[in-house]
Amino acid sequence: MTLSGLLSQCLALVLALVLAPLLTGWVNQWRAWLQNRSGPGLLQPYRMLHKLFNKESVLAESASPFFRAAPYIIFGCMTLACAIIPMLSTDLPLSIAADAIALVGLFAVARVFLSLAAMDIGTSFGSLGARREMLVGFLAEPALLAVLFTASLIANSTALTTIVTSLAHREFAIYPSLAFAGIAFTFVSFAENARVPVDNPATHLELTMIHEALILEYSGRHLALIEWAASLKLFAYSCIGLAIFFPWGIAEAEAPLALIFAIPALVSKLAIGGFLLALIETLSAKMRIFRVPEFLASAFMLAVIGMLVHLLLGV
Amino acid sequence: MLSLLPIDGVLAVIAAWLSIGICGVFALRRFAFVSRVLFPAGGLVCLALALFALQALFQSPQVAVLPLGLPGLPFHLRLDALAAFFLLVIGGAGAGVSIFAAGYFRQGEGTPPGLLCLEYHVFLASMAMVVLADDAYAFMVAWETMALSSFFLVTANHKVPEIRDAGFLYLLVAHVGAIAILLCFGVLQANTGDYTFANMRAQSLTPFWASAAFLLALFGFGAKAGIFPLHVWLPEAHPAAPSPVSALMSGVMLKTAVYGMVRVSFDLLHLQLWWWGALLLAVGLATALFGVVFATVQSDMKRLLAYSSIENIGLLFAAIGLAVIFNAYGMRALSALALTACLFHVASHALFKSLLFVGTGMVLHATGQRNLGRLGGLVRFMPWVAWLVLIGVLASSGLPPLSGFASEWLLLQTFLFTPGLPHPFLNMVIPVLAAAVALIAALAGYAMVKFFGVVFLGQPREETLREAHDAGWLERIGMLWLAAGCVVLGLLPTQFIVLIDRVTIDLLGWGLGRQVAQTGWLILAPFSVERASFSPLLFFGGVLFCSVLAFLLVRAIYHGHMRRAPPWDCGFAWQTARMQDTAEGFGQPIRQIFEPLLRLERHLPTAADREPRYRVVVGDHSWFRLYLPIAHGVEFLARQVGRLQRGRISIYLLYSFLTLLFMLFLVR
Repeated sequence: MTLSGLLSQCLALVLALVLAPLLTGWVNQWRAWLQNRSGPGLLQPYRMLHKLFNKESVLAESASPFFRAAPYIIFGCMTLACAIIPMLSTDLPLSIAADAIALVGLFAVARVFLSLAAMDIGTSFGSLGARREMLVGFLAEPALLAVLFTASLIANSTALTTIVTSLAHREFAIYPSLAFAGIAFTFVSFAENARVPVDNPATHLELTMIHEALILEYSGRHLALIEWAASLKLFAYSCIGLAIFFPWGIAEAEAPLALIFAIPALVSKLAIGGFLLALIETLSAKMRIFRVPEFLASAFMLAVIGMLVHLLLGV
Repeated sequence: MLSLLPIDGVLAVIAAWLSIGICGVFALRRFAFVSRVLFPAGGLVCLALALFALQALFQSPQVAVLPLGLPGLPFHLRLDALAAFFLLVIGGAGAGVSIFAAGYFRQGEGTPPGLLCLEYHVFLASMAMVVLADDAYAFMVAWETMALSSFFLVTANHKVPEIRDAGFLYLLVAHVGAIAILLCFGVLQANTGDYTFANMRAQSLTPFWASAAFLLALFGFGAKAGIFPLHVWLPEAHPAAPSPVSALMSGVMLKTAVYGMVRVSFDLLHLQLWWWGALLLAVGLATALFGVVFATVQSDMKRLLAYSSIENIGLLFAAIGLAVIFNAYGMRALSALALTACLFHVASHALFKSLLFVGTGMVLHATGQRNLGRLGGLVRFMPWVAWLVLIGVLASSGLPPLSGFASEWLLLQTFLFTPGLPHPFLNMVIPVLAAAVALIAALAGYAMVKFFGVVFLGQPREETLREAHDAGWLERIGMLWLAAGCVVLGLLPTQFIVLIDRVTIDLLGWGLGRQVAQTGWLILAPFSVERASFSPLLFFGGVLFCSVLAFLLVRAIYHGHMRRAPPWDCGFAWQTARMQDTAEGFGQPIRQIFEPLLRLERHLPTAADREPRYRVVVGDHSWFRLYLPIAHGVEFLARQVGRLQRGRISIYLLYSFLTLLFMLFLVR
């Protein structure tokens, strides 16, 4: 473990924790602007977190210890996920802890804990949300894995740092396999982050909500942690996407000074990505819940086609 | 100190089990003696078996000849690395289940406790003998003993008609399978008349006969393992048995079929053809998908787990298939990786499935319910069981850092890195199948969330559940042992792979141990760190560190104030436990998506119904399309034959006379 590796690791972690709510705020702000609203401002998520942390936590009478432990575990999972994704530099000491498959496993742990926590109280909304979340999850997880497999097959490795390094060193061109994988990844990230065609983060309508139904019983610091973890998840997903499909500007082990340029590169890529996310959300309508499996199955198929294209044509 | 060869030790273990069983017969109804002395003793003997197996893994194969059986046909036994590994699994999982069983069995349930003790220990001993056998005769005797003892255990509660039916179905499929295995050995000995495995290894069959032997083995062992479409007995028989027996059957007995498959295809057969592997892969994945889809739509907790066993067996067979494919093309490193993934999952599944089954046993005892629709909220009344089962659930869902994920990770690595297979089609299809494995794993997570969420979380769906009692101390020890196994296997996979290494070196001449030794014990990297690495301890430490730090920081910076209040009722003040999602409701999306796979019978209420009832029965197509036609055919033939039977002496005399005439005509 080198000093620069340690430095880039800490920098990435701190950046993720600090910037994640800002990214959420940025997306929400753009959504507001695109819908001709003035919007709450970029810093609204921080105010929200501060407010929630200060409030006392109201716990349902029937809540078991599992319910109280889940927010911390989910937050821990998302933090680790942000720590192992090569967003700034491929020189990450922690990246040996988990490769692409384990990263998906990490998201799965968070999902299972959130769903189980939602079922813990025993209200009809909680279990409804858990059921829907697992429905989205069981289709999105293999699709995400298939996207990562495509990249792994190209790089001949499932280690995220190796994947990013080898993709960054390829000739600049549009690769068909990655194009398919990219579309699939976009679909999956919309579903996994509870974004508009699949779920609406701004609604509490019984018939449609997924993520909000899961966390209906949480309040105070527990809710704050879950909201923060959700921001971290959006941040992590954006960073995986950027690292695999737009891997430029990411520093490498041989060039620790590039870290200085990696930060503005990442921030500008995230800014563009966030704007596009808001744009797509504004342009599309929320799907019925029964259409979600079709949406995700098409993502899965696209990802598999991406793999096949790579295996058949080698591109 | 007396130096004891491991094989002698294993034989002593088997003798000890048999004598414990016989003690049980003499104490037929002395419940306290059987449960407090004999079962724990059996558990300790299991531990001894695990230790001997561990010792045997690092020694060269040992043989023994037991002067049992027919004259001139003694039992040949051989303890090599493969056998030792499976003995380790039997001992390790058996120890937990036996200690659990000591606290579990209650007085006055069907079979008297002493007899149950005999059957249970004969069952354990026969599983060890199956693994140890080195000739077809000893193997078949042990195999049949295993089938029969487990049949009697399944029908322990024989007064219930469904349990009797399940038992007979099990017996039938077990015997159809056994015939295929016997035929397989017949082909393998290649007309030499010598049924020792040593002779079979020496034969070199033509590809045709080798394929015949392989297919017979696949059928025979597949019937025992519950491979689609031979799985129908499994969801009937496993839930019918008392829970510790279900645990042994699902966790351990199914693995003897995996053992048989590995033994025949890697040890006894001298050649391997790629299409065998492709067949195993296809059948395995189909079984796994079938099993997991059915698991998600079950509303009986033990049936759910039985279907989940079918899924895991499918994955195991798929892994063997990959190992066969790679070995057929001489790619020994990848073959060793596939076999390592398979054996790792054998151990991991043995532990977590036993844990889950004994957990359902606790729930069954505490509440008398197997139906998910009448359970719920048990985490408040049985915290020990709930938290330990949670470990099993997480392992079974393939979540890091527990044992299920480590084996799944190895398996996915095998699927992904198939470059250079000389077969272009396979080269292309196998990585794509990795996506199918991912889908199966994700669905397994769905089934497990349903299982745990509906049984242990939420509010109790029946008032009687509030009186549920937690596990006793023997049961706790048994469950703790199994849960600890899941955790240790998950956190320290490299150490366990060193053990599996002995098997793969023995069978394939290649092991992952060298690479593991290079990268260190902390990191699991089957090829190199650049290519793929996973470090469960770092992973677990990372999540734990972040979680605990978050907890402490939130407490320190803000506060820890908390207030209890009724759950939010959305303005509708009359919420009851019946309004929670049911097990059927939770499985509904899967039922809708995979409708073509399932045979659904829906009874929908009409608007005019005074007492509207909604009922969905999920059936299995293979039962109606395959088994019932065969059963009807047999019945039809039997009726035709039955016409001969008139019940009058004169007609029978006529038959004898006609037969005599016919014989005379033949020998004329």
